[in-house]
Amino acid sequence: MQLREALEVLAQERGGKVVITTMSSISVWPQLSDTPLDFAYIPSSMGQAPALGLGLALAVPGRGVIVVNGDGSMLMNLGCLVTLAAYPADLFLLIMQNDLYEVTGGQPVVGAGQVDFAGLARAAGIKRVYSFPTLASWKAGAAESLAGPGPVVSVLKIEGKLGQKTPLPPRPMAEQISRLRAALGVQAS
Amino acid sequence: MLDGPTLVRALLACDVTHVVWLPDSHLGQWENALRSEPRLQLLRVAREGEAIALAGGLLLGGKRPVVAIQCTGLFEAGDALRNMIHDLKLPLFMLIGVRSHLAYQRGQSNDTCPVFTVPILNAWQLPHVWLAESATADDLAALHRRAETSGKPLAVLLSE
Repeated sequence: MQLREALEVLAQERGGKVVITTMSSISVWPQLSDTPLDFAYIPSSMGQAPALGLGLALAVPGRGVIVVNGDGSMLMNLGCLVTLAAYPADLFLLIMQNDLYEVTGGQPVVGAGQVDFAGLARAAGIKRVYSFPTLASWKAGAAESLAGPGPVVSVLKIEGKLGQKTPLPPRPMAEQISRLRAALGVQAS
Repeated sequence: MLDGPTLVRALLACDVTHVVWLPDSHLGQWENALRSEPRLQLLRVAREGEAIALAGGLLLGGKRPVVAIQCTGLFEAGDALRNMIHDLKLPLFMLIGVRSHLAYQRGQSNDTCPVFTVPILNAWQLPHVWLAESATADDLAALHRRAETSGKPLAVLLSE
């Protein structure tokens, strides 16, 4: 499936959850949703979005936090799967597996085509793990995978694209944080 | 170095909610005190950069975390630190154990950890302060309050 197609389904099914986007998804998501609950994690520390999302999910229980992560980002921080399993929270991790570092010119990630992220998630102790190899399967299973208790890991097979531009933030980080906190009803500690 | 019960008293005095940590042999002595205090949630991570990002998420959500790691983890976690304190401008409060610092001061260690910790912190423009060996819970709590008042991140260094 195309990244945009996958995100269109997510936009329909995310409900009132926070959506944290990273890398390529940052370029597409604002065209589909641009609310205070949409957090473009850029500038970022590549690989740290799941941990950031877990912290937010633990801080605001019951809200639900969706992290849209790339496979290259996952490979930078595979240990986070163990941490997600250790601290149950309503965290929904989408791994967009395209086997490429898309925003750097399309170089293959290490282990391209061989890594079983769903298997890694299960082995880390995560109970709810889904694989969506096609758009049809994602459309059929998105609602179920995004409902109920977390953590949930969903692996979506995405067609890699060459020639992608480096994503730009839809608005300054300070503004993103301010409006996210306002929407969540929390104040800076 | 602070013992576990003293640390816990300081953290509770500052209304800290979470301790995100990856202990070393010195910080690890706090384990029992931290684990037995129900008002503090102890979060263990696999790598120090993850600790910083996890604490960042807690701060975004209005919680009051402290990160406790060894200086070796600080070295590894540079990009996460840069991102959280400079890009997201979150007031991270960190406790960093500096391996071999006591022996290094006596000229009895060739460990490079004490050599690089402060220069690394300076490079990342992270304000830092050494916690005296004789420090009390009130001293640590005062540092936390000072950081909170400033709205800036702060690393408290502990000699090991």
